Amino acid sequence: MERPLTRNMRKGEAPLDFAGYLRAGGYAAVRDTLGRVAPADVARVVTESGLGGCGGGGFPTGRKWQAMPSRAARPGKRYFIVNADEMEPGTFKDRLLMEGDPHQLIEGVILSAYAIEADTAYIFVRGEYSAAINLLRKAVADAQAAGMLGENILGSGVDLSIHVHAGAGRYICGEETALLNSLEGRRAVPRAKPPLPMTSGLWGCPTIVNNVETVCNIPHIICHGAAWYRALGRDGEAGTKIFGVSGRVKRPGAFELPMGMPMRELIEEHAGGMKDGFLLRAALPGGASTGFVMEAHIDVKMSFPAMAAMGNRLGTGTAIVLDDQTCPIGFIANLQHFFAQESCGWCAPCRDGLPWVEQTLKAIEAGHGEPNDLDLLSEMTNNLAPGRTFCALAPGAMASLQTGLAFFRDEFERHIHSRRCSWQ
Amino acid sequence: MLTAEEHGAIAALVSHYPTPRAACIDAMKYLQSRRRWMSDEILSELAVALGMSSAELDEVATFYNLIFRKPVGEKVILLCDSITCWMLGRDKLAAYIGQRLGIAAGETTKDEKFTLLPIVCLGACDHAPAMMIGDMFYGDVDEALLDEVLLVERV
Repeated sequence: MERPLTRNMRKGEAPLDFAGYLRAGGYAAVRDTLGRVAPADVARVVTESGLGGCGGGGFPTGRKWQAMPSRAARPGKRYFIVNADEMEPGTFKDRLLMEGDPHQLIEGVILSAYAIEADTAYIFVRGEYSAAINLLRKAVADAQAAGMLGENILGSGVDLSIHVHAGAGRYICGEETALLNSLEGRRAVPRAKPPLPMTSGLWGCPTIVNNVETVCNIPHIICHGAAWYRALGRDGEAGTKIFGVSGRVKRPGAFELPMGMPMRELIEEHAGGMKDGFLLRAALPGGASTGFVMEAHIDVKMSFPAMAAMGNRLGTGTAIVLDDQTCPIGFIANLQHFFAQESCGWCAPCRDGLPWVEQTLKAIEAGHGEPNDLDLLSEMTNNLAPGRTFCALAPGAMASLQTGLAFFRDEFERHIHSRRCSWQ
Repeated sequence: MLTAEEHGAIAALVSHYPTPRAACIDAMKYLQSRRRWMSDEILSELAVALGMSSAELDEVATFYNLIFRKPVGEKVILLCDSITCWMLGRDKLAAYIGQRLGIAAGETTKDEKFTLLPIVCLGACDHAPAMMIGDMFYGDVDEALLDEVLLVERV
């Protein structure tokens, strides 16, 4: 099968430099597109490709671009931003793309910014990704020196500057409006929507924010067309996806595979199955903000619609495996600790609700649970449901709790009645 | 007092954005690379340089995990405490580091070499448990690796 996103990566080798990337056919899409294809046509091809946002939302990328007011309707500055603030627990795919082929991302930025007619782009990378930050800064400098960035790129009359911004932590920076506040030098609290960033984003200007993996797909879609991209997926799904597995499997890692492949194949074949002596109990399909898929259901397809049909989310597509020797309550308590700590504190249900959830779970885990704690936790999943908080952080946190309460009810009850954790 | 060199570097950071305050996070990280942490005095001076009030800058400084408003050691050890690293034994490693260095999470060694802090998922779950010491990343961390790394990083 074709693996466009990882085709230039060789295990244990440094990523391609500018010359190497060029020799591998890189930047051909920039040469063939800028000033030759109308920006609206670039956006149309991306819409036709079926590419969805790879940060976890899955919203069609081309449609997001097309929702931006035209340059004629909104003259003036507009921005293109790459969300490289990968901090969803269990997720390690954007790191791979940035460290493995930095020029692929730069090429994607040039084409995406062209499609939305922006002349300034920022790549917002989490501060801890120092290797990725250095590689991207070098890639930008080298592309600029070769005339692939800056003014009048390759004589096309198109200008673009890219600035790599290194963040200073906080999960909430990955929420696109919080990211905008952070880039403006403010606390990263989400903004009220509407207006959406495509009409009023960075410094009030029309802005598109796309995830690293989403942007890395763009050069390939432009080079080979929407039909080619769609055919990469399985069972009617479009494209490839960087899936991953972590936890007690034989070969934890990230793998570029067809969108729509079954979770079983991902875990059993690509990740090598469970380590000897461990059994698979459940998995979160795509990071800490997704719900449990029990072992009996792992034939589900790894796709946005298939996960939605079972009331779950694909999220980032990097699965976290829960084995039979890890306490599910401790597992959920660890996830809730993360969300409680990373709540930005802007809205009360999230700021006060998540620490309450965390403390209740830790009490149950420590053998101090009360029988009505389970009703309280259920009520919290309702209080922090989508639409009841300012952004998606708390509803995401509730995914593992809600499914955990349903699937591991007996474990919760045993902890409470025996007043201890049987795994400790 | 901010030096002339620091003022110059801050001005260069500001040039990447249409407003000076947008560079405040970059500027604080730059100053921390020289001074380890943001003292009240330095924070106030930086606020003036960026046309912000001290309160506005402190509001930003206190929000972010990697901006330090208390003294830290020469190198900050960031040991991931998120889900996969937790499953694969990060709590034991935290205790081991604490015992080796004589500090608990949030504390700095007496010689001011190391500060130990928890960090959210470092995006290396296929190499859990993961940690950073300063800018260096370490994966598949175990006690043997810690013994080696703490010696190397001390120099």
